[in-house]
Amino acid sequence: MKNIAIGTTAALSLLANAAFAQTEITWWHAMGGALGETVNQIAEGFNASQNEYTITPVFKGTYEETLTAGIAAFRAGEQPNILQVFDAGAATVIAAQGATIPVQDLLEANGVTFDIDDYISGVRYFYADADGKMIGMPFNSSSPIMYYNVQALEAAGVTPPLTWEEFETVTAPALKAAGYTALAQSHLPWIFVENFMSRNDLPFATNNNGYDGADGTRILVNIDPLKAHFTALTEWQDAGYFEWFGTGWNDNQTPFENGEVAIWLGSSGSFGGLSKLDLGFDFSATVLPYWEAVTTEPKQTFIGGAALFAMSGQSAEENAATAAFFEYLTSPEVQYMWHRETGYVPITEAAYELAISDGYYDRFPAAEVGIQQLSLKASENTRGYRMGFYVQIRDVMNREFGRILTGETSVDDAFNTIEVEANALLSRFAQTQN
Amino acid sequence: MKRAGFATRWLPILLLLPQLAIIAVFFYWPAAVAVQSSFYLEDPFGFGSSFVGFDNYTQLADSSEYWRIAKFTGLFTVLVTFFSLALALLLAVKADNVLRGAKTYRTLLMWVYAVAPPVAGFIGLLMFNQTWGPLAELAKSLGWDFKLGVNFGDTATSMVLVSVWKQVPVNFIFFLSGLQSIPRSVREAALIDARSSFRRFWDVTFPLLAPTGFFLLIINITYAMFDTFGVVDVLVKGEPGNNPMTLVYKVYVDGFRGNDIGGSSAQSVILMVLVLALTIFQFRLVERRIHYT
Repeated sequence: MKNIAIGTTAALSLLANAAFAQTEITWWHAMGGALGETVNQIAEGFNASQNEYTITPVFKGTYEETLTAGIAAFRAGEQPNILQVFDAGAATVIAAQGATIPVQDLLEANGVTFDIDDYISGVRYFYADADGKMIGMPFNSSSPIMYYNVQALEAAGVTPPLTWEEFETVTAPALKAAGYTALAQSHLPWIFVENFMSRNDLPFATNNNGYDGADGTRILVNIDPLKAHFTALTEWQDAGYFEWFGTGWNDNQTPFENGEVAIWLGSSGSFGGLSKLDLGFDFSATVLPYWEAVTTEPKQTFIGGAALFAMSGQSAEENAATAAFFEYLTSPEVQYMWHRETGYVPITEAAYELAISDGYYDRFPAAEVGIQQLSLKASENTRGYRMGFYVQIRDVMNREFGRILTGETSVDDAFNTIEVEANALLSRFAQTQN
Repeated sequence: MKRAGFATRWLPILLLLPQLAIIAVFFYWPAAVAVQSSFYLEDPFGFGSSFVGFDNYTQLADSSEYWRIAKFTGLFTVLVTFFSLALALLLAVKADNVLRGAKTYRTLLMWVYAVAPPVAGFIGLLMFNQTWGPLAELAKSLGWDFKLGVNFGDTATSMVLVSVWKQVPVNFIFFLSGLQSIPRSVREAALIDARSSFRRFWDVTFPLLAPTGFFLLIINITYAMFDTFGVVDVLVKGEPGNNPMTLVYKVYVDGFRGNDIGGSSAQSVILMVLVLALTIFQFRLVERRIHYT
């Protein structure tokens, strides 16, 4: 009798489970600390917004670690539904065509309307293929912008420089006289190579910046404007206008927070963190300077940060859940919340308009800089770049730039080395694609 | 003497099987895969690959950067091994002479043994912090503008210091027990022959410590080459840039950061050969010439 009762209860609970069975999907991401909490908040919001699907976000470490974990899991057939991949890993994941479902196809197949023009112009094509089809859903999109210490610039009697020429002749000497190191930055390859190219409207690689395929793609960094920029950096370093605190991001941000450095080039996504600190001075931000000697029509910059890729090999129900999540994620309200909490730019025009109509930028003008910079004029050189083994190419750049700035090598030698080693890596990557 | 043996032939094999299975799964199989991958250039996701023969090896041989890292690893190994052995020996000899509170001293000297390499690296990061690290401040007060993460030499110095600090206790424990196993009669005899404690150390104690010393030499070389990974990783904050790194860290950077499976497999095969050579050296030369009794 007792057994029958247990059996009935078990059967009933099975039925109950079937009735309320939710499709569960996982999301591997690289957002630690406060960013991770906001990610969890988005996931909870999605889970509460409907009862068909449940998403579980999992923090997997740094960007590199997350990509490597995703690749290893894919090879073992244990991949998550959604994998966050950063800008430098985009070529690797987009080249592996069977590994992901293009986000555009995924949304259309699941009845979600998709129009690439709904997205702000700076984020449309970075994670797209050569035909302009969006492969990865831009998620935490940022761009390098120029933060400055308002009191420091006032004390020196200068305004934020529009061009590097102005920085060199007016801003930096005045800031030095006022007792500040004028400039620091947190990511040399990202800010002073990749975005230097787009901002100054220069091609970064052959084959249409690498979009047309890995075969024969060559990097185009061994050029006079870029070498002149790094020569200027060493001169500014000698003159006490610029200081480099190593490859680590925070080592370069800390002196700005301490008030020793007046201008710091960082991510638009740093805004959320900076505004939560008690800095002892007011900070603001504006767009990156450009070289008037290189271009008189500066362009928009690349998006940095990362995108979300829908991994293939999942059931139709799970893909439907992923599509539903992407739809939720791109809704103006969620984008605006993400933008407000973190400083990453909203990726859709609708979300940007919501932020404007809410008066957010009247309260925090600096929060708008990233999106303004990404909405500047575009050109063929600002869509993005696609180079394989790019993480290693960045490592080579970091190494050689460090050597330039510690006097171990000359600018010419360093750029020759970068060109040779990067091209060797690119041709090795092309060989992996056969 | 009666030889102990097994009655049946299959019993020893059966008893060995679990251990052999573990070695096969966790060592031979991955090693074989690494050798195989080192001849290919493979898409990280596993979609495409090309057989490239010895290209991954010749590319390393032609890379001046790889040689630079190899040279650094050599120098780093020599420095870490020498200083951790020398300091540990000095401390062990001194601790051996202490009569009052000997246990406390010994325990305190062994303390650091329990610290894991990444934690040791993290302590190094704090001590050498650019803006407020006490050791960086000390160097600055002596006129050395010490900048961890900026200057190659400064980062290398802190790597050596942290690695030595971490390794001294291990050597200390071995040296101390080596010292205590030297018979009292030998020491007393030496006391009659030589008045100078310096002479007694080099003529009697040091040769008697040789077996321990050679064993530790091998242990310390492998420590400096491989186990310092955690220290290196934390001190370069995962991104070496222009900072020094060891060969094993380069395998990680190329394979796990860069997803270059072929290139990093070739590097790990090279390291496997190195370890093999070191093992042969240990068994053939050292173990034969050093007498443990």
